[in-house]
Amino acid sequence: MAAPPVPPPASQVKPGGLRGWIYKRLPIQEFIAEQLTGYYAPKNFNIWYFFGSLALVVLVLQLVTGIFLTMFYKPGEATSFDSVEFIMREVQWGWLIRYMHSTGASVFFIVVYLHMFRAMLYGSYKAPRELLWLIGMLVYLALMAEAFFGYVLPWGNMSFWGAQVIVNLFGTIPVIGPGLVLWIRGDYGIADATLGRFFALHVAAVPLAILLLVALHLVALRQTGSNNPDGIEIKERVGADGHPLDGIPFHPYYTVKDIVGVGVMLVLLAIVVFFVPTFGGLFLEGPNFEPANPMSTPEHIAPVWYFTPYYAILRAVPDQRLGALLMFLAVALFVFLPWLDRSPVKSMRYRGILSRGALAMFAVSFVVLGYLGLQPAEGVYVVLARIFAVGYFLFFFLMPWYSRVDRVKPVPERVIYHDHH
Amino acid sequence: MTTIRRALLLACLLASGAATAAEESAGAGANWMTWRAGDDVTNLASLQRGARNFMGYCLGCHSLKYERYSRLGVDLGLTPEELQQYLIAPGDKPADYILTTMPAGDSATWFGKTPPDLSLMARARGPDYLYQFLKTFYVDSSRPTGANNLRLAASAMPAVLSELEGLKSAVYKDEEEIGSDGKVMKVHVFDHFEQLVPGRMTPAEYDAFVHDTVNFLDYVGEPTQAERRALGLWVVLFLLVFTWLAWLLKQQYWKDVH
Repeated sequence: MAAPPVPPPASQVKPGGLRGWIYKRLPIQEFIAEQLTGYYAPKNFNIWYFFGSLALVVLVLQLVTGIFLTMFYKPGEATSFDSVEFIMREVQWGWLIRYMHSTGASVFFIVVYLHMFRAMLYGSYKAPRELLWLIGMLVYLALMAEAFFGYVLPWGNMSFWGAQVIVNLFGTIPVIGPGLVLWIRGDYGIADATLGRFFALHVAAVPLAILLLVALHLVALRQTGSNNPDGIEIKERVGADGHPLDGIPFHPYYTVKDIVGVGVMLVLLAIVVFFVPTFGGLFLEGPNFEPANPMSTPEHIAPVWYFTPYYAILRAVPDQRLGALLMFLAVALFVFLPWLDRSPVKSMRYRGILSRGALAMFAVSFVVLGYLGLQPAEGVYVVLARIFAVGYFLFFFLMPWYSRVDRVKPVPERVIYHDHH
Repeated sequence: MTTIRRALLLACLLASGAATAAEESAGAGANWMTWRAGDDVTNLASLQRGARNFMGYCLGCHSLKYERYSRLGVDLGLTPEELQQYLIAPGDKPADYILTTMPAGDSATWFGKTPPDLSLMARARGPDYLYQFLKTFYVDSSRPTGANNLRLAASAMPAVLSELEGLKSAVYKDEEEIGSDGKVMKVHVFDHFEQLVPGRMTPAEYDAFVHDTVNFLDYVGEPTQAERRALGLWVVLFLLVFTWLAWLLKQQYWKDVH
């Protein structure tokens, strides 16, 4: 390939005027040179590699729309529901901001789940990227907390009962459970005090934690460099210019490419926001258009779709305490992937039938459990939830075995890149 | 209108009337669960009639506490004079929210519960639910109100629209069903409605009345929905062009990568 445009070292650039004045005092140029134009990413990224930057865009979308919502939202038993309706009806463009925020929450989980699946597909969690993966898991946990707190704020009836169910899960912890639940709620029921603290956590504490963790995630990524669909370390083959032979500067190549991905995502987001904002009750549930009512339980209490795989696992177990334990385990198991996986190769492209089959089983189990979590917990739904929960856990528990005995193919020395021109 | 077109229209009306009659005789209401309200929120005439129906028949007990009269005027294409003349309740101002004058404490005593605010009922339950609810009241002397409902069994709401619809009774039949324990049990299932007393409206007129009223409640549930869809088309078109340009830019840059 032609030599990519290498920016001259910052010291050689001598801009005058205001730019020079600023550059002398703030190392913007060095930062861009080191982190974007000087950061070499593998050239063989495929569609799976869009979702990291898309998650970053959705994070900004949620922060900006969230700030505008905060201007009119009033946390409190007597005010929350009314203030959301005020935003929807009387605040100029309030409905648009609110729908972008509520749709953005679901889109966030879609891109994060695909981002995580990409890592599982190409072994991105394996050495030397274990910490990158762990920090990513912390982002995921913080995101789940953020989504849960946010879901309670509109104070609809599903907000109330969803909070009731989720908070009560902590009551299953032996000894400290009941006291812990009281401490979380700040009252003997989900009430005004709960709303106040969930609001504080949703708009200040958790977003700050997410921003910090995302920054760490990027620092860790910059340190090891991106993995790629072939699972080859491009840093091991460096050209005469000192840059990886299979790498291209992140800017401009991946910035222009990611803008296309952002465009596609925004088209899909806009279709939902403008034409199906409730997404058939999946993104905004019908019962949540009725105010919270402790005297009236919705027919089926179901969390929003992005929690339903875990919810299905919870309900598949007859014993509530064991169910809660398995549910938390289902989330926590991702953390151990770097050490459960014993395969000598990273990418599924060069793994055998066992690893591929196990990953397919996991993906199918996750999606089917997600569907079952939306259905009433009765009859065949419970039986199916048990079967697919077993599939879900076997993927993790059997990984040390199947990843070791699996027959792998030889990994090429250079990444596979097809020129599309 | 030419004579031919008038004749055609008449033929259509007769045909639709005949179809309705045929359906009714085959067991009126047997298929009530499949009744659909239909999405019609851009039909201003229907919304205006629905608003009139609401003010005449619902506002006595139910509020629309998130909707202002003035908003209604703008969205339904009414002049301030028309709004004042046809819709605003005596004593209310255009900027007021649409509130019933029935005291909540009294209605709770009279009906067992305060009639719910209807601003968001179409969003919470769906327009089809409301449509089916308003069309499946039947006489039931065991209920305190003298009426019951198929959509919402043991509803606290009296059959206030019976003046328009007339009175009908629900005819049940016995069916055998295999229970969860595997045993055959006899169940009492709804079969059809029988008209006992005709109302002021024909069945077709009452259907139209309910359609307009539910359509109005659908609009009130999300007053911006028509604007939302209209704007969405332009936003999506813009984003498609933007994405296409971004793709061209990407192709240009990536020419260097081999």
